[in-house]
Amino acid sequence: MSTSESSEAVALKSSASDDVWMPRSSSRTERVWQHPLARWGIIVLLAIIGFSFVGPSVYRASAYTLHMTALLQPPSARFPLGTNNLGRNMLARLMLGGQTSLEVGFAAAIAGMTIGVVYGLVAGYSGGFVDALMMRIVDMLRAIPGLFLLLFVDAMVKPSPLILVFLIAGISWHGVSRLVRGEVLRIRSEGYVEAAVAAGASKGLIMRQYLFPNAIGVIIVSTTFAIADAILAVAGLSFLGLGLPPPLPNWGAMLANSMAYLPQNAWWLVYPPGFIILLTVLSINFIGDGVRAAFGRGVRRSARRGA
Amino acid sequence: MARVVLQRVLQSLPTLFFLTFLSFGLLHIVPGGPAVIMLGNNATPQLIAQLNRSMGLNKPIYVQYAIWLEHLLHGNLGYAYTQHASVLSLIGENLPRTLILVLTAIVLSHAISIWLGVMQATRNATRRDHAISVGTYFFYCMPVFWLGLMVVSVFAVDLRWFPSGGISNPLSTGSPVADYIDHLFLPVVVLVIGTVAGWTRFVRGSMVETLDQDYIRTARAKGISELRVFYVHALRNSIIPLITLAGMSLPGLFSGALIIEMIFNYPGMGLLFWNAAQQRDFPVLMAVVLMVGVLGILGNLLADLLYAMVDPRIRYS
Repeated sequence: MSTSESSEAVALKSSASDDVWMPRSSSRTERVWQHPLARWGIIVLLAIIGFSFVGPSVYRASAYTLHMTALLQPPSARFPLGTNNLGRNMLARLMLGGQTSLEVGFAAAIAGMTIGVVYGLVAGYSGGFVDALMMRIVDMLRAIPGLFLLLFVDAMVKPSPLILVFLIAGISWHGVSRLVRGEVLRIRSEGYVEAAVAAGASKGLIMRQYLFPNAIGVIIVSTTFAIADAILAVAGLSFLGLGLPPPLPNWGAMLANSMAYLPQNAWWLVYPPGFIILLTVLSINFIGDGVRAAFGRGVRRSARRGA
Repeated sequence: MARVVLQRVLQSLPTLFFLTFLSFGLLHIVPGGPAVIMLGNNATPQLIAQLNRSMGLNKPIYVQYAIWLEHLLHGNLGYAYTQHASVLSLIGENLPRTLILVLTAIVLSHAISIWLGVMQATRNATRRDHAISVGTYFFYCMPVFWLGLMVVSVFAVDLRWFPSGGISNPLSTGSPVADYIDHLFLPVVVLVIGTVAGWTRFVRGSMVETLDQDYIRTARAKGISELRVFYVHALRNSIIPLITLAGMSLPGLFSGALIIEMIFNYPGMGLLFWNAAQQRDFPVLMAVVLMVGVLGILGNLLADLLYAMVDPRIRYS
């Protein structure tokens, strides 16, 4: 890893949230933990994961039972987060909804990253015509508003969690591929790669042994941010009614349902799902900042927002 | 310059071809075509076949695509299945509304994010800097649709300061322009907040980096006032990347506008697209995808040209 002291200092200075922070430990994992924002991010994210996955076995109320005598009730002792228009327990739905939202978000980000990393590695290392062609395709995808393409496909096929994972991966991989390609071009010109080429190392060996390990910092950092983006994308699509079919709850769809009850001032339907999405995305972004600082190389956050 | 523009336009043609080809293919390989939706409960296999024949949907996909392309070259985008209007007139009606929304948001976002970002960079590591950082981070991570919902719930439902949606109030007695601005206000605010959050972080980072350069130290050493150093020497160089960022984020802004149009029931391209998707209105879907693709490419091109204009180091030849 070519993280010299000076490049680290530069990266720290230009990082978006440049609080005065110096790494005390040499282990990367420990350095992330020492980053104050990242530590809080990890704690909050673990709490949310626990809430969603362990929560239902502690709080055993059903997320599906229709309480016909308690429709659209504000929070009470019996329903801590109130009920929706069908009399369903919102706390139980918030927990269950978290499972879907988190699972799909993480899976989509990892799938998108995998495609993007392989694509970027191949394009950057091949160079010449192959690289030019592959990057033209990326440019094409970049000019297309992702959400329109998602809506397009999503309106046509019956959505399932797996399809949603592939759809979101399908519109998000190209940002990473550009990033990885850039890294590969940089690493390729380093002396040790040239030495390996001169020694007759095969392309596959160079990619595995030199390019991938040296680009891993950029890859891990952007994976973190990609997870946050994917969770927002899942929520956004579900909000548009195109994510996952009811009655399986997810945070975005819960918000979408709440829209109809705004005039009745059903605040307990609007705030909890939105707040927990915000908290999740915020904590993942904090972790991303910490990881970026720990790897010590300035990886610019892509400006893309939403889907 | 003209040659560069021409070259870029020609380069973007394959992109548009690829985009329309992809969308067209996706539309037609999926079962449950428009005939099924249009006929609803009355659908019999005979009626579906008949309707498909009359809409030309029974031909092979590549033939249909060729016909669509040929019509496109004649400026004919087709006739909407469900809205009984030509697609061109629907686009003509809805596109300006989305453009007004997005362009207003871009202009305001630039102004606000440059103002905030510079304020942060010049007061680096003060309490105000941290406060703005926290604020932008917070809004950056906030789902735009949730923000939209809360804005509606507070400013439209509770306080009744602004209308909750649409573009005009039939009971309004004032001027139609004032009425329109009234309806435009909340959607623009929501779009601007999301954009500013991202851009301010960028301006701040870029400005902090610039202020560290040698030529800034030289300028200070020459005794130039601090204000001049910030706003003339540093700002000009640090906002150059913002132009590229703005051009590149145009597709993202259209996506954002789509969600906002849904929340505020604002009849622009996003709402047109969403409704068309529900109805499987193929000609409308294809036209919107094409338009949005063209605008995305134009945004990138414009950003590149602007970049060359403000940065004399870049020459297109």
